[in-house]
Amino acid sequence: MNRYPAWKYALILVVLLIGVVYTLPNFFGESPAVQVSSGKATLKLDTPTLQRVEEVLKSADLKPTAISFDGNSIKARFTTTDEQLKAKDALQRALIPNADEPSYIVALNLLSSTPQWLTSLHAAPMYLGLDLRGGVHFLMQVDMSAALTKKAESLSGDIRTLLREKGIRHSGISRNGQTVEVNARDAQTAEAAKNAISDAFPDLNVVQTPTGAEFKLSATLKPIAASKEQEAALKQNISTLHNRINELGVAEPVIQQQGLDRIVVQLPGVQDTAKAKDILGRTATLEIRMVDESPEARGAERGDGAVPFGDERFLDKNSQPVIVKKQVLLTGDNLTDAQPGFESQTQEPTVNLTLDAKGARIFRDVTRDNVGKRMAIILFEKGKGEVVTAPVIRSEIGGGRVQISGRMTAMEATDESLLLRSGSLAAPMEIIEEQTIGPTLGAENIAKGFHSVSWGFMVIVIFMCLYYLVFGVISSVSLGVNLLLLVAVLSMLQATLTLPGIAAMALALGMAIDSNVLINERVREELRQGAAPQTAIHAGYDRAWATILDSNITTLIAGLALLAFGSGSVRGFAVVHCIGILTSMFSAVFFSRGLVNLWYGTRKKLKSVRIGTVWMG
Amino acid sequence: MEFFKIKKDIPFMRHALAFNVVSLVTFLLAVFFLFSRGLHLSVEFTGGTVMHVTYSQPVEIEGVRNAVTALGYNDVQVQNFGTARDLTIRLPVVKGVSTAQQSDKVIAALNALPDAAQNPVTLRSTEFVGPQVGDELVEGGLKALGFVVLGIMVYLAFRFEWKFAVAAIVANLHDVVIILGFFAFFQWEFSLAVLAAVLAVLGYSVNESVVIFDRIRENFRRLRKLNTVQVIDNAITSTISRTIITHGCTQVMVLSMLLFGGETLHYFALALTIGICFGIYSSVFVAAAIAMWLGIKREDLIKGPKRDIDPNDPNSGAVV
Repeated sequence: MNRYPAWKYALILVVLLIGVVYTLPNFFGESPAVQVSSGKATLKLDTPTLQRVEEVLKSADLKPTAISFDGNSIKARFTTTDEQLKAKDALQRALIPNADEPSYIVALNLLSSTPQWLTSLHAAPMYLGLDLRGGVHFLMQVDMSAALTKKAESLSGDIRTLLREKGIRHSGISRNGQTVEVNARDAQTAEAAKNAISDAFPDLNVVQTPTGAEFKLSATLKPIAASKEQEAALKQNISTLHNRINELGVAEPVIQQQGLDRIVVQLPGVQDTAKAKDILGRTATLEIRMVDESPEARGAERGDGAVPFGDERFLDKNSQPVIVKKQVLLTGDNLTDAQPGFESQTQEPTVNLTLDAKGARIFRDVTRDNVGKRMAIILFEKGKGEVVTAPVIRSEIGGGRVQISGRMTAMEATDESLLLRSGSLAAPMEIIEEQTIGPTLGAENIAKGFHSVSWGFMVIVIFMCLYYLVFGVISSVSLGVNLLLLVAVLSMLQATLTLPGIAAMALALGMAIDSNVLINERVREELRQGAAPQTAIHAGYDRAWATILDSNITTLIAGLALLAFGSGSVRGFAVVHCIGILTSMFSAVFFSRGLVNLWYGTRKKLKSVRIGTVWMG
Repeated sequence: MEFFKIKKDIPFMRHALAFNVVSLVTFLLAVFFLFSRGLHLSVEFTGGTVMHVTYSQPVEIEGVRNAVTALGYNDVQVQNFGTARDLTIRLPVVKGVSTAQQSDKVIAALNALPDAAQNPVTLRSTEFVGPQVGDELVEGGLKALGFVVLGIMVYLAFRFEWKFAVAAIVANLHDVVIILGFFAFFQWEFSLAVLAAVLAVLGYSVNESVVIFDRIRENFRRLRKLNTVQVIDNAITSTISRTIITHGCTQVMVLSMLLFGGETLHYFALALTIGICFGIYSSVFVAAAIAMWLGIKREDLIKGPKRDIDPNDPNSGAVV
């Protein structure tokens, strides 16, 4: 009765094997590495860059243990920190000829030294939370109502243009909060305006509200469109943050959406919060200025003559100098959107900019006065400006809709609009949570967590072995397997391990032993009541199972509640807690039974089992 | 080895009234302290800034407090954090001042103290929480508590019977209130981790009650001669050794956290310790007693087989 069919043993072996494989990466530790990433938003890493890095390392006589390219960065792993530093120097010399204008960021990093065969199985170590590795954590709240207000602002401009084009004579368009209000003198005009707006902007919900003699239309974004708008705002903010954080040269920043309107930013290893916040919170990295078309400036542009007073010299993408005036006409704050598009007649790729009301007004005035001249859109990164584009103004541009065209491929238009978008935040953000953890504190926390688990584990194992003898040993092995599986599952999920997570691990082990105690006590009880050893084992496991299931489910309910409603560190705790309960069901019941069956089940004439003193009443 | 040699069932239920009175008194005391003293909520709930700083030599708290208060903060708390060299400085939320400025200012002020040259200060960690986050945490915490209570009650009502569900929840909520009472009385810091511990304890000690209820159900089936009180006594007696050993093991782990886990896990482990101790008490003495007062009967749990042999049913034994 106490025998497992072969498939059950096979299952146990397979699970154990998987457990070992996925737990292994956590033991390899980290080895020094050099990471090369793009230092400019205009520069993308590609395979030729990888080859170049390889060549540089080869010529410096350095042999990285591994070199990888993940789309955003190239990482080369070394065995010693000495090699790592040499490699960093070599790469810096080769890739960054001019230290003032670094096109690449070469940073020191630590990479998991998991061997290739494990990595190819997608086995990777758990990610350590900030409280264990040190760094800064920000939680930012995006002001969504501001994003919607911004949208309404640009819509009111669009509606104005639309009504003018259609020849509908309204008596005023204004933005009231997130609603655009259109006034009309008579019902006919109101009706015509309503139809025109509804046709042109299907995202808008237009309602007519008669107020006295006037007819008023209120246009609001439909809920679906509003939530789309918010989503887009959040995405843009995240990509803007990405660009800004690139400046910090952080090895592995985490920038994630949390909930509907929050962004988590974690910068491991960064200690200077003030600088980090300064960079994150910066607005307007985009500026629109006029190009100086005077002969002196033209001369300076060609390279003969100094830059005239009141002008500045910037380079464009092709490293051609452009002399622009110092006066800033518009900043990225006035830019609500930038999208790639096509010219309606020539089918040429274009970049379409949308400006807010203030921006549109300024832009109209500027373009009216400067037809035939060039205006430069400059993106600032690390305090250095680069001219993204310097188009010629063909005519006065009103309404805040700007189309930049000419000599672009569709790909360039897409890149350019992305760049322009990243120059500004779609909606303002506010830091609502911030944490800095020093690197020594992180290391201490790891040691503390490790000691908590290991000492507790040891005492339990010693006690179980003394109290339940063979069954105690089996329980202890099961507990060890539980820990193994727990770590394996967490590694598979690539969960972030935090100190509360380690506490949950300790607690999970402390609770998991409950199942084994229940079983062992039950077996003892059966023996006490005079059952034969084999029957006692069978009945013990059988009867304990119902209780184990009930008690684990109630604990799981608490864990799930924490998972659903908890935030931050509580979530980390809850994940480990829940997984711990599930793995304990496998290890404490299924696996330990397997061991017992292997040890006792095969013996036909079993006289007694070693489960400690069974006191006979 | 065998710790528990119990010859006869211990008549726990004879003293049920006394136990319940003890519970009630502790419970009321806990509620009293919760209201009179309130919880010492951590910065996660209240919003504000917490800085951990380390000195190279032991430092006078008073001097640090004065230096920080001189910056114009009304409600500054400075406490030792583990050792005499480590300090925790808590600052309230100030509108319009960013945290980076706050912590920079504080560190600058501390470095400006006359003895700063011999005893330099370093910033170990800062934590800032905006006021809006705190409200959400309270809301989330209450929701989680509600979910746990409801979830466990539904499950127990489904697996056992509503009387057991009520008994288990009452008994274990009383644990929760008592833990909170301890935190209120000693003014220990109630952080997010402690909240997690409290909810984990709720799940854990219900699990304890479930083990006893399971045994009660089984006894109702097997030991048909015994009355309800005897059934409960027998159930508690026969599970007591498992109860003590399990809780002992869990407590060993928690103790290990308390000893080695450092300040961060200190209150977490403390909440668990209280929870485990009162968990045993409430499951053994309170939950079963409440179930008894609610009038659990054999018929409540074993409806199916009972109906088959109902002697009053004229159709008994008839099968279609």
